[in-house]
Amino acid sequence: MQNNTNKMKFLVPLISVFLGLLIGGIIMLISGYPPIEAYAALFEGIFGGSYYMGETIRQMSPLILSGLAVAFAFRTGLFNIGVEGQLLVGWLAAVYVGIFVDAPAIIHIPLAILAAGVAGALWGSVPGILKARFKVHEVITTIMMNYIALYSTNEIIRNFMLAPGERTENVKESASLASPFLQELTDNSTLHYGIIVAIVAAVIMWFLLWRTTLGYELRAVGFNQHASQYAGINVSKNIVLSMAISGAFAGIAGSMEGLGTYQYMTINAGFTGVGFDGIAVALLGANSAIGVILGAALFGGLKIGALNMQAMAGVPTELVGIVIALIIFFVACSYLVHWLMNRVNRGGKI
Amino acid sequence: MSFMDILALIIPAAIVSAAPLIFTALGGVFSERSGVVNIGLEGLMLFGAFTGAVTIYYGEQFGLAGAAPWVSFVVAMIVGALFASIHAVASISLKADQVVSGVAINFLAAGLAIFLTKKIFNAGQTPVISQRISKSDIPFLSDIPVIGKLFFQNAYLTSYLAVFVAFIVWYVLYKTPFGLRLRSVGEHPMAADTMGINVKKMRYVGVLLSGALAGLGGAVYVASISGNFTHSTITGQGFMALAAMIFGKWHPLGALGAALFFGLAQAISISGAQIPGLQDIPKVFLLIAPYVLTILALAGLVGRADAPKALGTPYEKGKR
Repeated sequence: MQNNTNKMKFLVPLISVFLGLLIGGIIMLISGYPPIEAYAALFEGIFGGSYYMGETIRQMSPLILSGLAVAFAFRTGLFNIGVEGQLLVGWLAAVYVGIFVDAPAIIHIPLAILAAGVAGALWGSVPGILKARFKVHEVITTIMMNYIALYSTNEIIRNFMLAPGERTENVKESASLASPFLQELTDNSTLHYGIIVAIVAAVIMWFLLWRTTLGYELRAVGFNQHASQYAGINVSKNIVLSMAISGAFAGIAGSMEGLGTYQYMTINAGFTGVGFDGIAVALLGANSAIGVILGAALFGGLKIGALNMQAMAGVPTELVGIVIALIIFFVACSYLVHWLMNRVNRGGKI
Repeated sequence: MSFMDILALIIPAAIVSAAPLIFTALGGVFSERSGVVNIGLEGLMLFGAFTGAVTIYYGEQFGLAGAAPWVSFVVAMIVGALFASIHAVASISLKADQVVSGVAINFLAAGLAIFLTKKIFNAGQTPVISQRISKSDIPFLSDIPVIGKLFFQNAYLTSYLAVFVAFIVWYVLYKTPFGLRLRSVGEHPMAADTMGINVKKMRYVGVLLSGALAGLGGAVYVASISGNFTHSTITGQGFMALAAMIFGKWHPLGALGAALFFGLAQAISISGAQIPGLQDIPKVFLLIAPYVLTILALAGLVGRADAPKALGTPYEKGKR
């Protein structure tokens, strides 16, 4: 039985990805695009050269972090849809420190990332406190906090940090994660050192969850709140902590954009989507650190590959959005996959 | 500027921006009262807006003229219900996590709508329609002094339809056997099952109705406010409708009131610069007001809001 559940852990995501791509292909076929050519172009756009690889890895860093944020909260039984908002406040905090603080790079970069983490943690702890104190469902509050973050960060940029082009100034060079070395290595892609931060964060999440008392308590609360309460675990404290740590990961994801990819923050007309993609990444990765990295690699690759798919086969990039939605769907409906597997295993007798 | 002028500026605008929210929030009431969380309202509304824009455009081509928007409302309701059926199958029959399934619906609707727009029109947006819902005065009522000018002159018919539908939903939910069954399935499905109510069927009906109403909300938005569909037509209105439903405590008339209130906040944030006294308040406070208020409402500061008891849990026969 144990063996069986372990097998399912791998099978459900694999089958979901397969079904997602398959239905994506059918949609292309119906709407008159060539699916095989399109997927070939997609593949080419991910692996066909060091430039594409560099872009994919660059895309992965914020995805890993937002995936970790969602996964961490999931482990405590909380659904953090607010990653998007926590990411925005983290982005702003990182850029703020990057512009207005003077320090050598060795201090400046960690300080800016730390600021992003703290901002995200504070933003994330609000729904945590509301949940612990007033029993308000975190899904609703985090969605509301997203919009509050979007409008507030825009307003702050507009009033205090505005530069020509609806954006802030660039961060100082001492705070930048950009790396001429990595760029040269990958044929002038926009790859930056953020990926190292993301991998380190994944290790930290694994360590926190599986090697510390805090992690044990957090997981216990996720498994059964009432049992944890009787065992003497402070459930309220753990809920707030979990949301704060989750928010910190999300805030650091924002610093990837602010210090790495863009070097500045824009006035956003809408959400970046990175936070919502984190939900998909976490689900596909079964909320484990290594799973999140793999999930981020897949979705990061799909997003970068989509650009080549549009250029070569003329298929709109939105197809990848559809495929990602379908993958989430099938992972969510793992009941269906289980049911199918059982049916096959029992030779059709049910 | 006199006080009346200010009211005359804000209230009609508030009623206009509230109409799509009212429809969508009422959809949310149906789904959540039956026990199924519907985060997918945003996506359903978005796809309704897309369907509405396309139907009105082709309706004009086929000479439907002024009837085109009304035809589009019916089409958007049907398409919305079909789209919601994916959420229904996943969360009711396949026992998927309802929140996750709703998130997937939002992704899917956004991706599919833009994908199809690009396929059909070879552009990122649909052509701007010429047949919008037109403003008109309501006979008799618009002649009432003061109130008539504020509420019944120069307003969209869809807004009154929205208010009317809210009362119908209230009647259906609270005064008919069907409504009692729908609510009981959301509160205590096992008891309902014991009484011979088909839990799954009632929940399917709830979710499909939510799809139809959210689709209608999206189409109304296109026909009365935006005039076409782009990737930025529906950005958060669905979530705001969700907020209105919760702020209204899962009650149709509460949702109506909350949606009108949010519409008012939007209207003030748009035309606040012309109003003495409000000029000095930064716009951002008005923009975030609906969301902050919803959080406060949930925290019990504006009266407790209790969700249906079985909300979010799939029903399994025989499970204790």
